[in-house]
Amino acid sequence: MIFQNLDISHYIYLSTVLFSIGLFGVLFRRNAIVLLMCIELMLNAVNLLFTALSTYMGDADGQIFVFFIMVVAAAEAAVGLAILVMVYRNTRKTDVSFLDQLKG
Amino acid sequence: MFNNLPIPFLVLSFFTILSALYVVTSKNPIHSVLALILTFFSISAHYVLLNAQFLAIVNLIVYAGAIMVLFLFVLMLLNLNKDAEPIKSNLWGIAAAISAGLLLLVITAAFQKAGENVVKHPVEGIGLVKALGQTLFTRFLVPFELSGALFLAAMVGSVLLGKRDKVNKDLLA
Amino acid sequence: MSIIILLPLLGFLVSGIVGKYLPKQVVGLISTAAVVLSFAFALHMFLEKSILGEAVSQKWFTFLQVGGLQIDVAFTFDRLSGWMTLIITGIGSLIHLYSMGYMKEDEGYYKFFAYLNLFVFNMLLLVLGSNFIMLFFGWEGVGLCSYLLIGFWYKNLNYGKAARKAFVMNRIGDLGLLLGLFLIFKEFKSFDYTIVFDQIAAGNTPAHVLTAIALLLFVGAMGKSAQIPLYTWLPDAMAGPTPVSALIHAATMVTAGVYLVVRSQALYFQTALASDVIMWVGLATSLMAALIGLKQNDIKKVLAYSTVSQLGLMFVALGCGAYTAAMFHLTTHAFFKALLFLGSGSVIHGMHHEQDIRKMGGLKSKMPITYFTFLIGTLAITGFPFLSGFFSKDEILLHAFSHSPLVWGLSLISASITGFYMFRMFFVTFHGKYRNTHYPLEKVHESPITMTLPLLILAVLSVLGGLLNLPHYFGHNVAGAFSSYLAPMYKFAEHSPEVSASTEWLLLAAAVSVFIIAFVAMRMKYISKNSVPEEDDSMSGLGKVLANKFYVDEIYDAGVVAPIEIAGTVTDGLVDDIAIKGITDSIGKSPNWISSLLSRVQNGNIEYYLIYMVIAVSILLAINLF
Repeated sequence: MIFQNLDISHYIYLSTVLFSIGLFGVLFRRNAIVLLMCIELMLNAVNLLFTALSTYMGDADGQIFVFFIMVVAAAEAAVGLAILVMVYRNTRKTDVSFLDQLKG
Repeated sequence: MFNNLPIPFLVLSFFTILSALYVVTSKNPIHSVLALILTFFSISAHYVLLNAQFLAIVNLIVYAGAIMVLFLFVLMLLNLNKDAEPIKSNLWGIAAAISAGLLLLVITAAFQKAGENVVKHPVEGIGLVKALGQTLFTRFLVPFELSGALFLAAMVGSVLLGKRDKVNKDLLA
Repeated sequence: MSIIILLPLLGFLVSGIVGKYLPKQVVGLISTAAVVLSFAFALHMFLEKSILGEAVSQKWFTFLQVGGLQIDVAFTFDRLSGWMTLIITGIGSLIHLYSMGYMKEDEGYYKFFAYLNLFVFNMLLLVLGSNFIMLFFGWEGVGLCSYLLIGFWYKNLNYGKAARKAFVMNRIGDLGLLLGLFLIFKEFKSFDYTIVFDQIAAGNTPAHVLTAIALLLFVGAMGKSAQIPLYTWLPDAMAGPTPVSALIHAATMVTAGVYLVVRSQALYFQTALASDVIMWVGLATSLMAALIGLKQNDIKKVLAYSTVSQLGLMFVALGCGAYTAAMFHLTTHAFFKALLFLGSGSVIHGMHHEQDIRKMGGLKSKMPITYFTFLIGTLAITGFPFLSGFFSKDEILLHAFSHSPLVWGLSLISASITGFYMFRMFFVTFHGKYRNTHYPLEKVHESPITMTLPLLILAVLSVLGGLLNLPHYFGHNVAGAFSSYLAPMYKFAEHSPEVSASTEWLLLAAAVSVFIIAFVAMRMKYISKNSVPEEDDSMSGLGKVLANKFYVDEIYDAGVVAPIEIAGTVTDGLVDDIAIKGITDSIGKSPNWISSLLSRVQNGNIEYYLIYMVIAVSILLAINLF
């Protein structure tokens, strides 16, 4: 790494803060597209922590995991958006609080 | 706490958090997308700082390039680029903030505890294509092939979902 | 050895699961092949090992381990269990073959074969298991199969009731067996045969405990082997298809009690009281069943009472300490009783499901093979010289005589009554004039080859079965083969009867003469005088009492069933309705109320769920952390 006096805990703070921001978005927003974006943000926070740990411990496995997370994120985004388009086509809405058909 | 940190890291982190906050708070989805792209860029910069050069490039290409374009495309397609979203009540905001803050506290504590065990052991050139490729195509070959299958399934799935289907019309009406 | 056990199970699974979709012939063939193959493997093993006296033990896995209790699923193929296995799979094969013809028209064909295979599997579990728990599994399993098969034609309400009766009566016996097992575990801390019997043989166990165990196990044997007072289910069990009666209720399952006692020889050898109880119960059962058999007019009921009576004789032998004689009689009885049942099945088949012997008669010419084999079976059971029953019965009588002349006398009476009812049934069925007005004689037909072939094989076995254990006057080279075969299985050597040669000949003469008396008397009555058993309502005196089976069923009804029913009604009103219902209902309603509160949480809205999830995750992590 470039800066020797950077500690791992700083990256932990940064990524948990990013993760929580994403989480707050997921909880607070109602637009399904923004929800998906917040999920991407959370995934990226995890990626960042993985990479930081990988570099600190000198183990390439962490970065390989980042690859796989990207793979899953891309697949998730594609399917999620397809579902969203279909929902919008049928209801003219992208509001998740409208989708309460799961109600028992 | 922030005293002896390198200036580039501080600036970058500040920028990252700020743009992430804008993603969440902006009322216009288009602005959110653009802010998210900025966030990804700054995360890529973090990767460079961490000597993960290859990841930095891949992150830009896959996230900022492909995925975000997809988002933008859908937004434009559905014509959602206005402040149409109904805002939730303040109560919801407080509840969401409390739960997110709770998780932040707990996770930070958990990671902090785990981080004490991390032994600093940097290895040169770990973030370069050669090192990553060797690991990916030897130890992680099977998951790699499986992720190919996953992509295929996702592709077929989204095509199927995106097809116009008369029967589904009244499903959610 | 696992193949021997698993083949019938496989047959059961195949015919039970996919049998519905297969043609009848295929299902029958698969099931029969499973048992025949199992017999072949058992025979191979028998010739390889048991003849030489080697026992094969095999442990599959540990079924249960709790504290000091370890129960293995383990099997032992020794001389005793090997012999039983041969009988079970051998007779089982013949009866499977027979059933292919007998059940041809039945719609539950695949079900029938599935049950039969399951029965064979459970029976093998019973005899091959190397601890009491395996025996218990098999014991319950055969009880279940017996229930299923008695009630096979469940659409007839009476048949269903007969099945239930058999099940409940067996359950009473099983309770005794179970208590016996508990006591064994308490005393010996193990269920394994070798451990338990070694400890018993060591002789450190208090006598009263041994007696209690012996009596409790005998209660189990009583239920399964239909002894007084738990015998009434067996005659009713004739509701099942005839091959079932032959396999389960004559040749194999009902002899499980005998097997249990022989297996526990070490136990019974040391408990004179229990042995005496066994002997007297056996004797009483034998006499009573034989007397009832005299007046039965249903061809299968006669055979059923005959089975009860013969089982009684076996228990007399066990009570006298003649374990080999009992096993010998068990074997020959399996041959000729299976033969008789299958023969009666052939008659019933030929007469289109007519079972009343008063409506038969003169079937000799129409069913020659059945007639001939039935004759051999009758002669074998009644003790015609040099047929199998002659030898096995005489051995029992000899032992009884050396035990006490009184027991011998009563057993001889019972044996002679066997002659009376068997020849009565035989003559009425096959000789004289044809008496059925509803079903013309021209339509009566001999059974197909799949049914007559087992009859012929069993007839040969019934004739030759006696060669297994010839008495000593045939010379020491050939005599007593079966005794020396079984001898190593006993912890204590058997007593040999101490009677002089002249007494022995006298006993033989007595046995032969009662056979002749029975034969002549019945021949006079039913052939020379051409009489027919009277109708039900024209009976009187002792005959009526016998025909009504000593009113035992009625006595049980009044003495046991009725009080229990009254108690049941009372507790139903008081305890059930008021106390239990009141409490349980309010307990039942409270979750309903709570859940109506909780169901508001589940409003179907993702946002709420997300918040719950986040909070829950935080709590879980926090718990993990601190």
